[in-house]
Amino acid sequence: MGDVFVLAEHRRGELREVTLEMLGKGRELAGQLGGQLKAVLLGHGVDAFAKELADQAHEVLVVEDERLENFNSELYQKVLASLLTERKPTLTLIGHTACGMDLAPSLAAELNLPLATDCIGFEFEDGRLLAIREMYGGKLQARVSFLESRISNLESQYMATVRQAAFPLQELEPLGGQIVALDSPLAEEARRKKFIEYVEAAVGEVDITQSEIVVAVGRGIKERENLEIVEKLAEAVGGVLAGSRPVIDAGWLPPERQVGQSGKTVKPKLYIAVGISGASQHLAGMKGSETIVAINKDPNAPIFNVATYGIVDDLFKVVPALTEQLSGA
Amino acid sequence: MDTVVCVKHVPETAEADIVIREDERGIEEKDLTFDINEADNYAVEEALLWKEKFGGSVTVITVGPEDANMTVRMCMAKGADRAIRLDDERFEGSDSYAIAKILHAALKDMDFDVVLTGIQASDDGHGQVGPILAQMLGIPHAASVVETEIIEEGKLARVHRELEGGLHEVVEIELPAVLTIQTGINEPRYASILGIRKATKKEIALSGLDDLGLGEDEVGEAGSKTRLEKLFLPPAGERAQILEGPPQEVSAELIGLLKDKGVI
Repeated sequence: MGDVFVLAEHRRGELREVTLEMLGKGRELAGQLGGQLKAVLLGHGVDAFAKELADQAHEVLVVEDERLENFNSELYQKVLASLLTERKPTLTLIGHTACGMDLAPSLAAELNLPLATDCIGFEFEDGRLLAIREMYGGKLQARVSFLESRISNLESQYMATVRQAAFPLQELEPLGGQIVALDSPLAEEARRKKFIEYVEAAVGEVDITQSEIVVAVGRGIKERENLEIVEKLAEAVGGVLAGSRPVIDAGWLPPERQVGQSGKTVKPKLYIAVGISGASQHLAGMKGSETIVAINKDPNAPIFNVATYGIVDDLFKVVPALTEQLSGA
Repeated sequence: MDTVVCVKHVPETAEADIVIREDERGIEEKDLTFDINEADNYAVEEALLWKEKFGGSVTVITVGPEDANMTVRMCMAKGADRAIRLDDERFEGSDSYAIAKILHAALKDMDFDVVLTGIQASDDGHGQVGPILAQMLGIPHAASVVETEIIEEGKLARVHRELEGGLHEVVEIELPAVLTIQTGINEPRYASILGIRKATKKEIALSGLDDLGLGEDEVGEAGSKTRLEKLFLPPAGERAQILEGPPQEVSAELIGLLKDKGVI
């Protein structure tokens, strides 16, 4: 009782970092719940991952099946529904990733479990678990409670998806957990949903990850024609022009210039964010930059929480002034 | 090809000041402007593109107050054939699970090839309703879709799901299915003046709890599995050093600081 299960996420032969982040937090939560931390690993030929996970969990539950080689939410849901029904962990953690978003809501609904998504923290209040998550693009946070089991002799069970990089990777004492191989409950191939292949992003002309200075533009630029003023700034400061999701979605810059979770992760010496509010998906792709400058007229924009220097003003006034002085200097 | 698109009428908060309501479980809405959720707008466009290619119909459906008529009417102005609004004061406090249940009650006897939703709502960002709805309808789903191809109408689609770091995953999925649409999948159109004029006269079907055949304990807080207890401002972390003054002055100050740091 009180166990915490963490679903291991892996893709193309690599264990994804969010797995270890969840195990770090999961260890703490399992301690508070008085249970054990268990990693759940589904896949084909994943012995090496099992060994790596064993260091970070009391037990690693492995379901080996060639049909699980690539992620498929239909098959994952089948396996996990059976496993969670049988073992009844108090809390199941899944990454809030493209996989987790495809899997967790329908799995939780099938099992009748309360689910909080994109969680960035967990708290206990009077022994009850609460999840912390962002709302309104990170401008506010919310404390969310889970429905307790209505059947008094049944222990409550919860599920949560965890934001990537919300919990830092920690150097922890190895737990030396046991690796337990479970029989695959799958009787047949996926019927309704088939994984076909991966498609890589097209390689563009410019690799923004190689530049020491990146000037990124966001929704605040408003019109395609206005992009020019930011382009001039990039030129004046000797940097490359990049963009946040809305600018790429609108087709104003090509996809290879996108900074963020679904685009590129950059760590330049200098990152200048122009008219970018700083949604978590964007921050994930740039917060490792050495020096960050943010220019945005909204003082409450989350970008100012990661920036080194901030200018709260109209970008259409600040950017030309900055460009002019850089060019003259 | 008959498509149902679930849309949400959401406050625009990207550049607005947000004020937490006194009960700390919501925000003051009176000074905010509302519009269709961004990802839902792309979902509507995808449905309209299919209609142009294959024929058939587009139905938009929303769970929301009377103000949400504005959002569904705009969808009709762009070419959606009909609109349904689900509203009842007893829906108040519904979480994603309860919202999916409300939508399920309205859709379960309807004929469709695909149900589309946006990948997530810009206000609460749960990203749950689409896949839960699929589970309740007993049909497959794919989340975070950035490209679609109908292989065989009513039977099979091939979709690209957006993964992290620019990678896509190609998946074949049986129809009917629920697809949650990511922004950027297409270029959403604007409604024409004529379209807007026509849409003002169109009817929006309204259903409440009793029409849907749901019980009071299946919706609202009673029918939910999670509860928003309290909203609060993010804890102040290490905030940026804010430079103040007219543009010329802050520019000079910033350049000085960056030079001192040796980054330019």
